Amino acid sequence: MLSCMRFRSCSHVLIRDNVDGMALTPKYKPRTESLPNTLSSAMFGNGQANPEDNPNYLVYKKMESIVDRMQDESTGVPVRTVKSFMSKVPSVFTGVDLIAWIMKNVDVEDQAEATHLATLMASHGYFFPIDDHELIVKNDNTYYRFQTPCFWPSRCGEPENTDYAVYLCKRTMQNKQRLELADYEAENLARLQKMFSRKWEFIFMQAEAQAKVDKKRDKLERKVLDSQERAFWDVHRPVPGCVNTTEVDIKKACRMNRHSKMTRHNYAVPGGRISPSVSEADLHNPCESIRHEIDSLKKKLEKRRVKISKVTESYVAFYEQYAEFDPFIMSPDPSNPWVTDCIDFWEMEKTVNPRDIPQRRVKRWAFSIEELLGDPAGKEQFSKFLDKEFSGENLKFWTACRDLKGLAMKKVNCKVHEIFSEFLAPGAHNPVNVDSRITELVRTRVENCPNRYCFEEAQDHIFKLMKSDSYSRYLRSDMYKEFLSGTRKKVRLLPAIASNFSAFKHSS
Amino acid sequence: MKMATDGLRVDNPQDTIEALSREAEMLKKRLEDEKQKLKDIDMCRATMNIENTGISNFVMKQRKMLKGHHGKVLCMNWSTDKRRIVSSSQDGKMLVWDAFTTNKEHAVTMPTTWVMACSFGPSGEVVACGGLDNKCTVYPVREDDPAAKKKAVATHTSYLSCCTFTTSDKQILTGSGDSTCALWDVESGQLIQSFHGHAGDVMSIDLSPSETGNLFISGGCDKAAMVWDMRSGECVQMFEGHDSDINSVRFYPSGDAFATGSDDATCRLFDLRADREVNCYKKDSLINGCNSVDFSISGRLLFGGYNDYTVNVWDVLKGNRVTILYAHENRVSCLGVSPDGTALCTGSWDYSLKIWA
Repeated sequence: MLSCMRFRSCSHVLIRDNVDGMALTPKYKPRTESLPNTLSSAMFGNGQANPEDNPNYLVYKKMESIVDRMQDESTGVPVRTVKSFMSKVPSVFTGVDLIAWIMKNVDVEDQAEATHLATLMASHGYFFPIDDHELIVKNDNTYYRFQTPCFWPSRCGEPENTDYAVYLCKRTMQNKQRLELADYEAENLARLQKMFSRKWEFIFMQAEAQAKVDKKRDKLERKVLDSQERAFWDVHRPVPGCVNTTEVDIKKACRMNRHSKMTRHNYAVPGGRISPSVSEADLHNPCESIRHEIDSLKKKLEKRRVKISKVTESYVAFYEQYAEFDPFIMSPDPSNPWVTDCIDFWEMEKTVNPRDIPQRRVKRWAFSIEELLGDPAGKEQFSKFLDKEFSGENLKFWTACRDLKGLAMKKVNCKVHEIFSEFLAPGAHNPVNVDSRITELVRTRVENCPNRYCFEEAQDHIFKLMKSDSYSRYLRSDMYKEFLSGTRKKVRLLPAIASNFSAFKHSS
Repeated sequence: MKMATDGLRVDNPQDTIEALSREAEMLKKRLEDEKQKLKDIDMCRATMNIENTGISNFVMKQRKMLKGHHGKVLCMNWSTDKRRIVSSSQDGKMLVWDAFTTNKEHAVTMPTTWVMACSFGPSGEVVACGGLDNKCTVYPVREDDPAAKKKAVATHTSYLSCCTFTTSDKQILTGSGDSTCALWDVESGQLIQSFHGHAGDVMSIDLSPSETGNLFISGGCDKAAMVWDMRSGECVQMFEGHDSDINSVRFYPSGDAFATGSDDATCRLFDLRADREVNCYKKDSLINGCNSVDFSISGRLLFGGYNDYTVNVWDVLKGNRVTILYAHENRVSCLGVSPDGTALCTGSWDYSLKIWA
């Protein structure tokens, strides 16, 4: 407890440095970690900030609830003081006990997951191996110790480099073997000394004072406190190559910073949320905004909804239809290129040569018109079929409307008129069969405010027409059937591929 | 204008607000009741007897490792050619890879470190990226020197969290920390449509896979996911339920539903037709947030990249976990299934990308 207080006090006494803490560990180059000045105060050295604003807070809380259970005297992990050859090792537990506890009390699948969870919690500093800087957990008789709650990451903000300097400096004063600096710590100390050369005397005095306090402590208590302090720094200034778990997602850090600057507005909207349709102006008039919400709620009430049982059925049907096309469910024919380093599969998927198109592709065309049009070869076949039926303009119109939506802005106006005159205008080159109401609607739009969405109703109408009429006729046509059986023959002629396929299935 | 009635109400605005609030509350309750009625069965129970072949012997191994970034990998995206990948990282580099050979084809140095979003154009010839510069910049990748022909397209008032091209290279959709999404014309850099409604940073967007959709979804730090009509700029549906930030949204392959990954350590499935959450993928032993989600081709498997360095693979129908991949040595920041479903790519804070199949 005392040592924790010391950190707090010294960080208040010393001038705050916005020196990037991680620049110390050689693994990180300064450039990669450099942040805009506005951010650094949020990410580093935010002792005063609300801990709940920390993006890692949720994880800390969950880990702490597990640690609480672990520390339960009767049902927790058995903690004891071990007598070794010459001395006592106070308050420790073994990796085996810890993993066994997790297996019993958390819904992990196996020992690997339990070990993973334990290592994760150790790297956040909730417990630590008693004589190793690397915060990992092994399922063996290594000793571990719980961290004191005041060193939990949720309770203390990111510590300053000056704190770190004082700590390392202190360690050099205590001529005990177990407190000797590791190589990387010695390097860090040298770097810090350079960085803080002006106030080094002050840091040295602080360290001396702390060392004096430490000396007066009971031997066992000191052992525990020393290790806890070391583990604290192993979390915040990890060994090179280890993960610094206190780092936060940059996007979340941006937000955290903004929050502390901005006072929350209260818009007096029920539930505290602003509905999406509310515009800025409404916010000044609470009545208006509530009315808006009521309108949108009424609209929502009118909406038709589907039962869960029905949507579940549709998921199952979708899966059953696509399972054979999902390489993660069934190995593709002839093989998954990533697994076998053979790219035949990609070649077969890419080809537009009708003779080489594999049957599974043609089979897929029958799933939906979207599938058919999504395959360039399928689209070409369908277009040929429509030409035979003298309705090829429908597909051309639909394609033109689709492409219009993604067109560069400056070309939109011109293209709109082009499409209108080719497909819809009186005396059009390729007239499409759209009723007069829609034609009229589109015409006024084209004349008054042409934009990329002005053919919407006509496009929809033509799509439905193709889907319900031409598409189903195409699937029943000899053209499609012949194409499908043509590909089948081809596959039968290649027994080598088939046997490869089954061999692969067995091997995986 | 209803001057007469408004005039009467102004005398006692408190009453009106209260009355209106009451009505709103009542409607809300009715809506909840209506939605509850549709929950006639639990999805996991309804799928109990679905066959498990293909799932029960699901194995996934690391096939490639892409090394070359000198900072945390923050975003990745597959090209439509099914083998190239663009990735961006915190060292300010954007790399274009041939993932199959693991060769780097292009390296672009950005004016900003922290490139948080990157995306391939549908033609595979352009990439877009952006981040803390609040901008979205488009680069041609066929050129020898992509940076020479770059084009600044979009500008937001906060960081760019995500971007994706629409059906063509000419249009890009962006999401930002300024809580808006926007559709831009690439050539002119003009705003085509903006999308206001989120009450927090937008973290992720995804376009509807259906040709006629005109829809996209977004998820953000207000814990809400929204469905937008690209044409009108209106939010047509909103889904709530997560207890923390939504980091990732991804359409189910049919376009009828979408999955979300959140800091509350759950992934969820929201259905547009049922207008509600239909499944939740979680485990008590999972405590870290999920950064990125994607579906397999059949929609049966959902991959989630988590802050605990793992990828969890969920059975979308039954709701249970299929397997866990101890994928990386630091947070998994992004993942994506290749367009033909043959591979999964994961990117991590451990500076590497990996391909799994």
